[in-house]
Amino acid sequence: MISRRVVLHFPSELVGQPIISNTVKRYNLEFNILKASIAPPEGGLLVLELLGGKKDVQEALDYLKELKIKIESLSRDVTRKDDLCVHCGVCVALCPSDALVLNQATWQVEFVADKCVACELCVKACPYAAMEVRL
Amino acid sequence: MPRTIQEINEKIKAGKAVVVTAEEITGIVKKKGVGKAFQEVDVVTTGTFGPMCSSGMYLNIGHTKPRIKLGGGTCKLNGVPAYCGLAAVDLFLGAAQLPDDDPRNKIHPGGFRYGGGHVIEEFVAGKDIELEASTYGTDCYPRRELRSWLNIKDVNEAVLFNIRNAYQNYNVAVNLSDKAIFTYMGILKPRLGNANYCSAGVLSPLLNDPLYRTIGIGTRLFLGGGEGFVSWQGTQHNPSVPRTEREVPRRPAGTLCVIGDLKGMDARYLRGVSMYGYGTSLGVGIGIPIPILDEEMAFFTSVADEDILAPIVDYSKGYPELKSDVLGEVSYKDLRSGKITIGNKEVPTGPLSSLTKAREIAQLLKGRIEKGEFVLTEAVERLPGKESGITFKAFQERPIER
Ligand code: SF4
Ligand code: SF4
Repeated sequence: MISRRVVLHFPSELVGQPIISNTVKRYNLEFNILKASIAPPEGGLLVLELLGGKKDVQEALDYLKELKIKIESLSRDVTRKDDLCVHCGVCVALCPSDALVLNQATWQVEFVADKCVACELCVKACPYAAMEVRL
Repeated sequence: MPRTIQEINEKIKAGKAVVVTAEEITGIVKKKGVGKAFQEVDVVTTGTFGPMCSSGMYLNIGHTKPRIKLGGGTCKLNGVPAYCGLAAVDLFLGAAQLPDDDPRNKIHPGGFRYGGGHVIEEFVAGKDIELEASTYGTDCYPRRELRSWLNIKDVNEAVLFNIRNAYQNYNVAVNLSDKAIFTYMGILKPRLGNANYCSAGVLSPLLNDPLYRTIGIGTRLFLGGGEGFVSWQGTQHNPSVPRTEREVPRRPAGTLCVIGDLKGMDARYLRGVSMYGYGTSLGVGIGIPIPILDEEMAFFTSVADEDILAPIVDYSKGYPELKSDVLGEVSYKDLRSGKITIGNKEVPTGPLSSLTKAREIAQLLKGRIEKGEFVLTEAVERLPGKESGITFKAFQERPIER
């Protein structure tokens, strides 16, 4: 069982079709929607966490690609500009996925990109604009 | 035998002063007692870094040819309006000022990505700033418009002038309502979802000199990477709040008004701040040396996080409606642990004030004193203390009926 967080860019002609429910059924996956926005005429954007067998997840992504959906992997998409972070820690209690953790010994805030679900809460909350989203 | 500031300064100049940080003295006193600590230590350095909204800078940009009188006109720095109701070429910019076309909270919550604090950061960093001014002409000041790049190295004076900084203790902010709120204390999740606090605790300058025995008007300090002075008590200075047995205020109490030459400062310690849904501010780094004149000062500086109690305040109702209800008190030791208990709920805590930067500042100041680059000053006047009778008044509203 693996989990992959991906950003899907839908072309406008696919918006409104039950693609995700078909895909998860077909490949026996579970999913969480982390973020969704539909902005015609450009199409839609969906940030998904897919859970399932390694092979199934990979095949599902290949299938989505065939449908002309552009896929990006998520861990790259919220980043921290380390030179801007003052390690205040105010983002830590807000992060829903333990991607921002305060090391009590050094009092440094660590960003664990793998755990980030790109909810963007820290991007809004960081007073020093250190958390950046690139979607 | 108590020691004097003069004696300490002589030791500093001879490279013989013993300087420790406000965290280190706590351990020293615990281990050796106040008597020994007083004998061994000459100076304790404090530090704090956090958003301080009552900060600003003033400039004298030099006279243009032909002359222009900004007083009575309007002026903007990088699109952010600056106050120029002074003489000809003096202006003041506050950290919370926003560009006229910023949407504010029209679509709530607004982002507030750029304001006075950010202009100050860029200016200190040596970046060119766009100056735009427009005014009326006079016989002696005929020019009406000015558009030019402005750089810190070209202006006559650039001065940081913060009328309220370095709060002695501060509220712990929570949200009792059912929806998220966006405050100057950060994003507060509903139903006690988090608790945000904002003091350097053990390292905080005024918590280490709770009765303002050494920090007073004229005290030289580390300010924004350079040097500055205490010029007055800060606005809302409120020394008469309840205190613990060791005189540590249990509510937001004393404040400082500080001033310093911006040209000697460093943008790493003056950072533009955006509080989502609230506005802009300036992250300011301050460090104040405390001379250990006697055993009492050794005792005061030995304050630990567990000795500092802060009030928990509801920012969904209590704070906005100016009710003085306090939900309880919590120690900095508990706040630092990452969670506190309110009622029977465990609430994660979030610091706005950066302990990492506070430590860095206390260490930097310690280094400067050890190297003889920074000497202490005698206050020329004490700040009003708890005996002053000063209290923090609410606005006396008298509706105008005409
Ligand atoms: S809120 Fe911003 S500055 Fe503070 S620790 Fe988080 S990322 Fe760093
Ligand atoms: S976007 Fe920020 S708050 Fe959200 S999961 Fe990622 S690190 Fe945590």
